[in-house]
Amino acid sequence: MASEDCQDARIARIAAAIRVIPNFPKPGIMFQDITTLLLDTRAFRDTIDLFVERYKDRDISVVAGIEARGFIFGPPVALAIGAKFVPLRKPNKLPGEVISEEYSLEYGKDKMEMHVGAVQAGERALVIDDLIATGGTLCAAISLLERVGVHVVECACVIELPELKGRERLEDKPLFVLVDAA
Amino acid sequence: MFAAENGLRGDPRLQAISEAIRVVPHFPKPGIMFQDITTLLLDPKAFKDTVDIFVDRYRDMGISVVAGVEARGFMFGPPIALAIGAKFVPLRKPRKLPGEVISEAYVLEYGTDCLEMHVGAVQPGERSLIIDDLVATGGTLSAAIRLLERVGAEVVECACVVGLPEAKGQRRLNGTPLYILVEPREIEHCY
Repeated sequence: MASEDCQDARIARIAAAIRVIPNFPKPGIMFQDITTLLLDTRAFRDTIDLFVERYKDRDISVVAGIEARGFIFGPPVALAIGAKFVPLRKPNKLPGEVISEEYSLEYGKDKMEMHVGAVQAGERALVIDDLIATGGTLCAAISLLERVGVHVVECACVIELPELKGRERLEDKPLFVLVDAA
Repeated sequence: MFAAENGLRGDPRLQAISEAIRVVPHFPKPGIMFQDITTLLLDPKAFKDTVDIFVDRYRDMGISVVAGVEARGFMFGPPIALAIGAKFVPLRKPRKLPGEVISEAYVLEYGTDCLEMHVGAVQPGERSLIIDDLVATGGTLSAAIRLLERVGAEVVECACVVGLPEAKGQRRLNGTPLYILVEPREIEHCY
C-alpha cells in the first residue's frame, strides 16, 4: 500500500474522489466508482503520478491494461514510462490472431484475450486495472503474459477490496494498490 | 478535416502514425478492412506523437471535458485530458456505468445501440472534446455529441486517429467540426 507520509495527502484526495454506489450491479454490492476520480483533474493526475514514480526506473517495457477501466489508467502510465500499452480484452474484440485465457466468475466463466506478437519473451510487464476484488481477472492476465515468456513484475490497481482476498489469490505475484476499500 | 490539410502537411509524425496502424482484412466480417490501432499502442514514440498532436491542438481552446467513447476512446482520451488539465468522461455501452445515466440511441447497420453518460459528469456551458480511435459513418460520434449537448455542454470538436472513406470530405458532424489524423492505408497483401 502506498502510505508514505509525503504521499498521504495525494492518497487521501484520491480516496475521497471515489464514489461508492450501493447495490450495483446487484443487491449487496458496494460498487467502487472511479469515474468521479476521473472528474477530479488533480486526483487523476496524482493517481498516474503515484504509479509512474513507482515504475519509471524498473525497466518495464509493457503495460497491460484490462478492459475496460484498465484502458483508462494504463496508457497514461505507459506513455510516461516509455512502455508499450497492450489491451487485454473480452472475447472477439481484438481483430488479429489472439491467445486466450479462460477464468472463473462467480457464476460461469469468461475469457480474456491478447494479440499474438504484442509482447516478446523476456519483456518485463506491469498489469493494471482499476480494482482488485477476487483476483480472478488479474490471475488470468498474469497467465496470458507468462505463457508467452513475459515476466510480470507487478500488478497495480487503484483500489483493493481486501475482504475478497485477491492478494492471496495472486500468491507470489506482487500487488501495489493505492486505496483500500474497507 | 484531416490533419495534413490543417497545418500538419508533411509532418513525419503523421506518416509514422499511419504506418503503425495495422490493417486486418475481413474483420469483423468479410469485406471489412479493419483499422487496428493496437499496433500503434505498441510503438511508444508513435503513440506519444499521436497524443502530442491532439494536445498541441486543444491545449489553448479552454476545453474542460474530454469525453471518450468506449472502449478504444478510453486509450486516447485520458492522456489528452491529463495533458490539457481537463476532466475525462467515459461514454459507455448500456448498463456499465453504475450511477444515474442519460442515454442516447444510435443506428447500426442492423438494429440500434445506446451510449450512456453519468448524470452530473458535465456541467452546462463546459467546452468539450469527444475522442474515439476511428470514425466511419459518424453514428457513434453523433450520439456522443447529442449526449453532451443535452446537458448543455458545447462540443468544440470530435477527434479521431483514423477516418474511414465514409467520413472523407466531412468537415463537420451535425455541425460539429471533425478532426482526423490519418486516412486508412492501402495494403498490398493480406495477413
